[in-house]
Amino acid sequence: MVIVEVRNLSKRFGEKESLKNINIKVESGEVLALIGPTGAGKTTLLRLIDLLDMPTSGRIYFDDTDVTQLGKVGLETRRRMAFVSQKPVVFNTTVYNNIAYGLKWRGVGKSSIRQKVDNILEMVNLSDHKNRNAGTLSGGEAQRVAIARAIAVEPEVLLLDEPTANLDPISTSRIEELITNIIHRYGTTIVMTTHDMAQGQRLADRIVVLINGEVHQVGERSEVFAFPRDREVAEFVGMKNIFLVEFKGSKAWLQNLEVELGREMKDAQGYLAIRPEDIVISRERLSSSMRNNFRGVISKIIREGFYYEVQVKVGWVIFKVLITGNALSELDLREGASIYLAFKSTAIHTFQ
Amino acid sequence: MIEVWHAFIKAIELIVSLDPEVMEIAGRSLGISATSVILASLICLPLGGLIHFYRFPGKRVLINVIQTLFSIPSVCIGLLVFVLFSRAGPIGGLNLLFTPTTMVIGHMMLITPILLGLTISALSGVDKAIKDTALSLGASDFQAVIIISKEARFAIVAAIIMGFGRAVSELGIALMVGGNIRGFTRVLTSAIALESQKGELEMAIALGIILLSLSFIVNVVLNRIQQR
Ligand SMILES: Nc1ncnc2c1ncn2[C@@H]1O[C@H](COP(=O)(O)OP(=O)(O)OP(=O)(O)O)[C@@H](O)[C@H]1O
Ligand SMILES: [Mg+2]
Repeated sequence: MVIVEVRNLSKRFGEKESLKNINIKVESGEVLALIGPTGAGKTTLLRLIDLLDMPTSGRIYFDDTDVTQLGKVGLETRRRMAFVSQKPVVFNTTVYNNIAYGLKWRGVGKSSIRQKVDNILEMVNLSDHKNRNAGTLSGGEAQRVAIARAIAVEPEVLLLDEPTANLDPISTSRIEELITNIIHRYGTTIVMTTHDMAQGQRLADRIVVLINGEVHQVGERSEVFAFPRDREVAEFVGMKNIFLVEFKGSKAWLQNLEVELGREMKDAQGYLAIRPEDIVISRERLSSSMRNNFRGVISKIIREGFYYEVQVKVGWVIFKVLITGNALSELDLREGASIYLAFKSTAIHTFQ
Repeated sequence: MIEVWHAFIKAIELIVSLDPEVMEIAGRSLGISATSVILASLICLPLGGLIHFYRFPGKRVLINVIQTLFSIPSVCIGLLVFVLFSRAGPIGGLNLLFTPTTMVIGHMMLITPILLGLTISALSGVDKAIKDTALSLGASDFQAVIIISKEARFAIVAAIIMGFGRAVSELGIALMVGGNIRGFTRVLTSAIALESQKGELEMAIALGIILLSLSFIVNVVLNRIQQR
């Protein structure tokens, strides 16, 4: 059953068209992640769904009813949802009052409010801070108050805007755990935004990739990551090697390199993409099943957490390869070293 | 110089001994100013809210006018009230000139721009995200107005205290429409002016010290609130 649907939704701010003809259906009970780089229009879309702003054109449906208006319908619809904004906003009063407001505004009785708020305080692990002014909380705590406040009203649809933006890794995993808890306990429909592909995969059932105000791809959570549909999505999901090529039969010409695709393509210009972790580096030429083997020179080694990005120059082309610290020292890789690159034709993504 | 020092000592004595006349004048000052501030607040806080929350043509001009009137000289208000309430004036028949009532009216007119202007700026100082957060949690427009006003509470209290400070320390209205009648409309400022003219330095200094302390307290309280 579809609970929220947006049809042909557009929003412009002056000259800037922040959303262009968006069509999305949200199934009841699912977790849908809107993923996209900064400025993609994620916040704008969530605000439209929550009826905090009106679209320039297009309609919004809640439970198959057109609710695209402010006023009474807007208020009633908004009361079936809750929205946690990107920057946590707390009211200048106690943590308890912050969480109680939504219930008060719906006319819930005092004793019922007390019971619900106490339960939720426990769930978000903030019972100790019940009587503290919410303005004095840390960013992570404030975010938990914001989420607690939203789930207190038992919304049918929970809208989460970048719930972990600007948080450290520990706070981030606590918030993610909390969201997982909410999903298990209440089965709430969630529409969340993130610019973190990995977070989308951890939390969401389905993913919508929004780039520059347009929907580029909608798919199951692993689908988007594994099979990006176009160059922009490929770039966004971390395929760092994206090249403009000339397709010819089952080959692609990447400048003067001949790349074996293992499948026939239409003869035309297009893009070819390879994940940096799908490329193998070796000291000797590999005689394995990998059809693409090139000799190159390491031009740069960059540390990235536990991994290293090794940039290898083959002719005029620079390939980026992700390897572990172990592999780096075992192969004794250093800048200027001459090595071999290899990748399978199945690791090659093509876009025409 | 010695005379002044002598008067100063005497003045302290008057205060410490809770001299009945000094206390009476100080009490009246407080009473009249407080009444003006309370009545003006009852009008100005909701009105400021209306101006802030509603959109209407000429809104910006109105706010500019209000801000310009912040520092209107109290003698101008005194003159206006005097003309209105004098025998020949439009409401002279009420016979209210030289009563505490007209003083309160004058004070209210004096501090209305301050209360209105500072209420509006207090409300516009509330983060716009507060409104959206309230609406998204299911607040009606009215409930959102309430919570925005609550967020602005400290700044609004500061406005009220500013208004009180202005009312208690002005002289023009007290003299022109109060008339400085002993035991009736004599307040700190008008008494200081009169006593020093009469050469009663000790009385003037005693009242001056009290007025200064009041201003000092008002400022301390203001600072406290604004630091929150
Ligand atoms: N009120 C507004 N007025 C003018 N432009 C706006 C407004 N709100 C959003 N925009 C513009 O719309 C575009 C999309 O903004 P939006 O905040 O929706 O992006 P986002 O995907 O949420 O980005 P981020 O990841 O940085 O939060 C941006 O270019 C932004 O500048
Ligand atoms: Mg955003």
